[in-house]
Amino acid sequence: MAAALPLAVLVLLLLGLVGRGHAEPPRDTLREELVITPLPSGDVAATFQFRTRWDSDLQREEVSHYRLFPKALGQLISKYSLRELHLSFTQGFWRTRYWGPPFLQAPSGAELWVWFQDSVTDVDKSWKELSNVLSGIFCASLNFIDSTNTVTPTASFKPLGLANGTDHSFLRYAVLPREVVCTENLTPWKKLLPCSSKAGLSVLLKADRLFHTSYHSQAVHIRPVCRNARCTSISWELRQTLSVVYDAFVTAQGKKDWSLFRMFSRTLTEPCPLASESRVYVDITSYSQDNETLEVNPPPTTTYQDVTLGTRKTYAVYDLLDTAVINNSRNLNLQLKWKSPPENGYVHYQPAQDRLQPHLLEMLIQLPANSATKVSIQFERALLKWTEYTPDPNHGFYVSPSVLSALVPSVVAAKPVDWEESPLFKSLYPVSDSSSYFVRLYTEPLLVNLPTPDFSMPYNVICLTCTVVAVCYGSFYNLLTRTFHIEEPSTGGLAKRLANLIRRARGVPPL
Amino acid sequence: MAAPGAAATDLEVVRGKRAALFFAAVAILLGLPLWWKTTETYRAPLPYSQISGLNALQLRLTVPITVVFTRESVPLDDQEKLPFTVVHERDIPLKYKMKIKCRFQKAYRRALEHEEEALSLGSMQEAETVLAEPQKQAEGSLTVYVISENSSLLPQDMMSYIGPERTAVVRGITHREAFNIVGRRVIQVAQAMSLTEDVLAAALADHLPEDKWSSDKRRPLKSSLGYEITFSLLNPDPKSHDVHWDIEGAVRRYVQPFLSALSAAGNFSVDSQILYYAVLGVNPRFDPASSSYYLAAHSLPHVINPVESRLGSSAASLYPVLNFLLYVPELAHSPLYIQDKDGAPVPTNAFHSPRWGGIMVYNVDPKAYNASELPVRVEVDMVQVMEVFLAQLRLLFGIAQPQMPLKCLFSGSKSEGLTTWELDRLLWARSVENVATATTTLTSLAQLLGKISNIVIKDDVASEVYRAVAAVQKAAEELASGHLASAFIASQEAVTSSERAFFDPSLLHLLYFPDDQKFAIYIPLFLPMAVPILLSLVKIFLETRKSWKKPEKTD
Repeated sequence: MAAALPLAVLVLLLLGLVGRGHAEPPRDTLREELVITPLPSGDVAATFQFRTRWDSDLQREEVSHYRLFPKALGQLISKYSLRELHLSFTQGFWRTRYWGPPFLQAPSGAELWVWFQDSVTDVDKSWKELSNVLSGIFCASLNFIDSTNTVTPTASFKPLGLANGTDHSFLRYAVLPREVVCTENLTPWKKLLPCSSKAGLSVLLKADRLFHTSYHSQAVHIRPVCRNARCTSISWELRQTLSVVYDAFVTAQGKKDWSLFRMFSRTLTEPCPLASESRVYVDITSYSQDNETLEVNPPPTTTYQDVTLGTRKTYAVYDLLDTAVINNSRNLNLQLKWKSPPENGYVHYQPAQDRLQPHLLEMLIQLPANSATKVSIQFERALLKWTEYTPDPNHGFYVSPSVLSALVPSVVAAKPVDWEESPLFKSLYPVSDSSSYFVRLYTEPLLVNLPTPDFSMPYNVICLTCTVVAVCYGSFYNLLTRTFHIEEPSTGGLAKRLANLIRRARGVPPL
Repeated sequence: MAAPGAAATDLEVVRGKRAALFFAAVAILLGLPLWWKTTETYRAPLPYSQISGLNALQLRLTVPITVVFTRESVPLDDQEKLPFTVVHERDIPLKYKMKIKCRFQKAYRRALEHEEEALSLGSMQEAETVLAEPQKQAEGSLTVYVISENSSLLPQDMMSYIGPERTAVVRGITHREAFNIVGRRVIQVAQAMSLTEDVLAAALADHLPEDKWSSDKRRPLKSSLGYEITFSLLNPDPKSHDVHWDIEGAVRRYVQPFLSALSAAGNFSVDSQILYYAVLGVNPRFDPASSSYYLAAHSLPHVINPVESRLGSSAASLYPVLNFLLYVPELAHSPLYIQDKDGAPVPTNAFHSPRWGGIMVYNVDPKAYNASELPVRVEVDMVQVMEVFLAQLRLLFGIAQPQMPLKCLFSGSKSEGLTTWELDRLLWARSVENVATATTTLTSLAQLLGKISNIVIKDDVASEVYRAVAAVQKAAEELASGHLASAFIASQEAVTSSERAFFDPSLLHLLYFPDDQKFAIYIPLFLPMAVPILLSLVKIFLETRKSWKKPEKTD
């Protein structure tokens, strides 16, 4: 950095009246929330959500002034005319069988899906530029997103926010299953928070603990939402979410117990002064099957009961703002087996083009109860071009996880609530009616071993071919340029003499 | 039997020789060109001689000055000689390979009727408004009015006046050498209003050797097509201070007029943000005498780096960013003052870092703490802040305070905070800087391409180079003929084209193609093929020589 110089003399004439900023209601609000869920397997899941709502139309104003909303993302929205942006980085895999359904679903690796505004003329160019810029902002290898791993789903990935008209040509979706999530992705993510990591719930976000977990998923969701009940104008909502699953904390006596300090090696000391709501929810629903009850200390002032993910749950609520609280395939073969035929189905298949686009298979199926549905895809292993192999080709090649989006009928009917008022973990996915809830599941990425050639092969081939050519050429050359003449046989070589010696010894006449 | 056998053998030997020679001929005539053609890297022709010619380019900066004489300004017989043109040319001594000459082209003429009337008005302001109306002056040109020696338009002790537009007024004289004396005064005024060595030296700061202009001169921002200006309010202690600033209003009222006056020099975009819990990297010292905290001048460079990580990069464009930070110190460290090198507090409580931006410390009025409990609501006085930031903005762009000649009255800036001739001066400097940058880029590109023969030069790269060379030459021509606006545009195009050629990714395609790998591939084929041919050739050569020597012996 160049030397800073004190500014000594300033002479400047400014016309204009003295303007005192008049007080106006804050145009942006911040809500933060942490949900701690003891999982059926004994592990503990922690889900952070930070929601910044900004009552401003980013795409209209020329000069933009940011307060709580991060400038870097706001500039992206206006420059690339984004309507929605969903970006997630995940390490590990959410084991639904042991952990139950997750609040926030994300595939392993990096996932990015973006809805552009109708005004964008060249969506692919914007998508390419956007992924490059995002890779700079989040220090991730999103710049490897290109046409070979981008798809345009036609049925799934509807906009989550306000949308008038869903023309799927403005949607782009890409997954990078190979992406490794680490501290360098978390640091820029934390910088986007208004309180950075200095106050409020974000104090708990300490990298060395967050990455000692069996599941780590951080995400950024940007979408337009209604500013008021009548939806006369729009606001922008930025949700930063982070879910981690800690292994079961079991003490030597075999007693399970955990605390914030054990999980994050930090405790909450003060609320973020910028947040209008800052809460911690702890799931204290008793699991009847193993007769375990949870005891929370300090005892919660309030509890919150609701139906989430199809079951009735009870949460202990701690409000931090309350001062009392703190002290590539070639063949595709579809095999579908149903016990009863589906009533309606939708199959969309977009075959791959080599080096241009991947396969996309979307199926809308109604699954009968207690049935197993198997979708299998047959593929052939093929050799790639030798420059297309990754530096460690024996590691294998990733096939992106499949996505299962489902409306699961709820066991208990939930009462309709005001969407704006309900806690954040409930309101990301819009629910049309209260008798079912939305679940999106991801399978594990598939690691396929492709045949790997010997990479010194080209040179070996060159050497071998050249040798063959040289040998042929050499004999041809010899044949053409050498002079051949007949030579009289001489009076005998060594063999003949030897033979004669033996013959003499035997008494036979020599040759 | 022996004779025909020997004859047949001789025939065989001759046939063998011919075959070997034919092989060699095919290899040389067909094989070599084929190999050469197929392994050649494509290199489009470049104007190397023109590029090396650019280095010796002579920049002649012409400032067209119209000198208008009123009726009683000079003796009558002198007035008879009007109109005529005088050219005043001088070298600008800079240690730069380009010769820069400054040329004041003074066109003397008599005042027109309406100009006479305007200059006989009572005050300078009135005269100016009347004079400004009829025609708009071209960028870079100046008009100097010569008024009579005892005109009351200027105060009696003042010899000249510089206006906010491209006009100036000089007092005439009734003397035998009137034209010479007036001419000298005009040059003085014109130098103050257009080109000075300082301005050009600052513009060429990157291209000059380090010794003379490095440390004491502030380097202005590099020329670019556009600039991004970010105002950031740093509130490290939101628990104690609830800071509000009316940045929308301030930008509209103070920054936008200034930037629209500057818009000829580039595109500007303005945004602002508020950052919480962003602290300076240096712990301020406590001064018990005044019970205040201070930042010493030597610690200021360490302030910026930690803050910068929070500022966030500009994701949306590639233009250089200017940061203006307003820092409201935390309660525990206030009031906070910046000290200069002598230990005295800086009156503006601000400092700037060339090519980066400026930082101002804004202390909360201590009375505010008594009235209410924390957090204290703080309304930032934007007039005070914007005064500092705009002055810093001028410095960052290299618009220094003008140096007035003796006995010269300066009208002061217009309401935007920038006079028209200051903008012209900026455009002169930027044009020269752009020409220098484009020349340097082109020269180093030509050098690089000449040195490394593996680099592929595609046609579009070559066309960018041609365009850049043409633009540099056009800019130089336009500067010489005094057309500042078109010269500036041409110089910008030169920079853009030359950088695009220099940073074209296609240049790198075959860069890593080392010779040892090439040989490793060629040897398995070429060696076995070449050795028999060469051996046969050697044998043939030796035999031919022997057969030449034999006849000599028999002779």
